[in-house]
Amino acid sequence: MSDSVAASPQQRLLEVANLTIHHGQLLAVDDISFQLDRSEVLAIIGANGAGKSTLLRTIAGLHIQTSGTITNEGEEISKLRTFRRVRRGISLVPEGRRLFPSLTLEENIQVGAQKAADGPFNIAAVYELFAWMPARRRQKVGQLSGGEQQSVAIARALVANPKVLMIDEVSLGLAPIVIERIYEFLPRIVAQGIGVLLVEQDVSQALAVATRVHCLLEGKTSLTGTPKELSAVAIEAAYFGTMHASPTKEST
Amino acid sequence: MIWLNVVVSGVLLGGFYALFACGLSLMFGVMKIINLAHGDMAVVAGYTAVFLVPKFHLPEVWSFLVVVPVFALLGYVVQRTLLQKSIDRDPFTTLLVTFGLSVVIENLLLEIYTANAQSINIGSLIAKSFALNSTIYVSYLSLTVLIVSIVVLGALQLFLSKTSTGRQIRAVSDDREAAQLCGTNYRHIFGIASALAFATVALAGIAYGMYSQLTPTAGGVYLLFAFETVVIGGIGSLWGTLVGGILLGISQQFGAHFNPQYQVLAGNILFLVVLAIRPQGLFGKKVAMA
Repeated sequence: MSDSVAASPQQRLLEVANLTIHHGQLLAVDDISFQLDRSEVLAIIGANGAGKSTLLRTIAGLHIQTSGTITNEGEEISKLRTFRRVRRGISLVPEGRRLFPSLTLEENIQVGAQKAADGPFNIAAVYELFAWMPARRRQKVGQLSGGEQQSVAIARALVANPKVLMIDEVSLGLAPIVIERIYEFLPRIVAQGIGVLLVEQDVSQALAVATRVHCLLEGKTSLTGTPKELSAVAIEAAYFGTMHASPTKEST
Repeated sequence: MIWLNVVVSGVLLGGFYALFACGLSLMFGVMKIINLAHGDMAVVAGYTAVFLVPKFHLPEVWSFLVVVPVFALLGYVVQRTLLQKSIDRDPFTTLLVTFGLSVVIENLLLEIYTANAQSINIGSLIAKSFALNSTIYVSYLSLTVLIVSIVVLGALQLFLSKTSTGRQIRAVSDDREAAQLCGTNYRHIFGIASALAFATVALAGIAYGMYSQLTPTAGGVYLLFAFETVVIGGIGSLWGTLVGGILLGISQQFGAHFNPQYQVLAGNILFLVVLAIRPQGLFGKKVAMA
C-alpha cells in the first residue's frame, strides 16, 4: 500500500523484513516482509497452518526467527526478550485467550497494567470500553463466557498502552454476535493511534475492519493489498492456493 | 486424655513441618520444580546459625535476623544462576541439578564441620513448658514455632493475594508465557519466589537446630516430611500445607504412641492413603497457587 511505504519514521511502528521461521526442521514462515503504521489495521489471513500465529508469536518474542529482522520504531528488536518488547509497546492477545485462571477478572487486567506505558488506557478506561466488566471484576475468569474472556484478554493487552496490538484468532470458538461485539471496539482502539496486527481465519470479518490485508499460504506471502483492491476470487485463490495470485502489491 | 495429648503434640509438630514445607510448596507451585536440596538448605541455615552468627556477637536465638535475609538473597542468586538454566532445559534436568546440589551440600558440611551433631543454643527455653491440664504440657518452643508457621503462611498468603508482585507470582504460576506477554520478566519472578522459599526454609532450619541436633545428612529425612506435608495438604496450596503438616504430625504422634518405631511409618501410611484417594491433596487445585 502506497501510504504505508511513504510513512514517516514517526508513523512506522513495525517493520518485518525477510522473516523466516522454523519449527524444528519444519519451515513455518518463509521470507515474509511487511510494515505496520499508526492507526492501521493489517489483517494476516490464511488457512490453518499457514504460519500466521507463528509470525505473531515471533514478533512478540515467544519464538526466535531463523533469519530476517523485526524493527520497532526504527530499532531492531529481534533479540529482545518478550517482556522487553511488551514494555516497548508490542502486545499480543494470544490465541485461546491465555487468561490466568486463578486470578479474578480485575487481577488479570492489573497484571497487564503493571508495566504499562503512559497512554490513553488504564483500568478505568477499559472498564468504560467494556461496560459489563466492573460489576464482574471480582469473578474468576473461568466463570466468564468465551466472549467475555476474549474481551478480558483484549483489555489486559490494552492497559499496557501498546503501540502495536497483535490479536490472534479473536473470533475462534465464538458466536457471530459475540465476534461482532468484540470487533465494534476496534475503531476506538485504532483511533488512539495504535497499529493493529490482526490474525483472522474469518476472511469476511478481517476484510471488514482491515486497512490492508496480507495473505499467507504455507508460510509464504501469497497476496497483499487493501480490501478494496483485492477481488474475492483473488483472495480465495491466495487463501487456498488454487491458482497463482496476482503479484503482491506491497513494496518496501 | 492420652489421645488429646497425641493430638496436641501432633499439631505442634505439624506447625514445624508446615514451616519446613511451605518453601517446597511455593517453589513447586510457581516454578513446577521439586527442590531435592530443600532439606539440605534447612540444615545449612541451621549450621549458619550455629557457626557464623555468633561471630556477629548475636545471640543464637536471634540468628534468624541474619540468616533469613542472607538465605533470601541466596535463593534469588541460586535461582537466577543455577536453577534457571536447568528450568530452561527440562524438569528432569532441574531434578538432577537439585539432587546434585543436595549431595554437594551434605559433603561440604561433612568436610567442614564433620559428622558431629550440632544444635542452636537457646538456653533454658528448650525445656520450658506450660500445663494445659494435669497431663498435657505444651513446650514454649514448639508453640512459638507453630505460631511462626501460621504467621509466615498468613503473610505469604497476604503477599500473594494483595501485592502487585504476588499477583505476578500467581500469574507466572498459572501461565508463564502469558505472563511474559503482560510484560512480566518471569525469571525475576522465579527469583523472588525462590528468595521467599529460601527465607522460609532458613526459618525452618533454625527451628530444627533449636528443637533437635543438626547433622550434615539430616536434610534428606526432613525433605521427605516436607514432601509428604505438601502432598497431603495439596500441591500449591499454602493453607493446605499447614493442614498437611498438622495431619502428618498427628499421624506420626499417633504411631509413636504405640511404638516409637512406628512414628515415621504412620506418616508414610497417611501420605500413601491421601495419594491413593485424592492425588491432588486435600486442598490442592490442579492449576491454582495458594
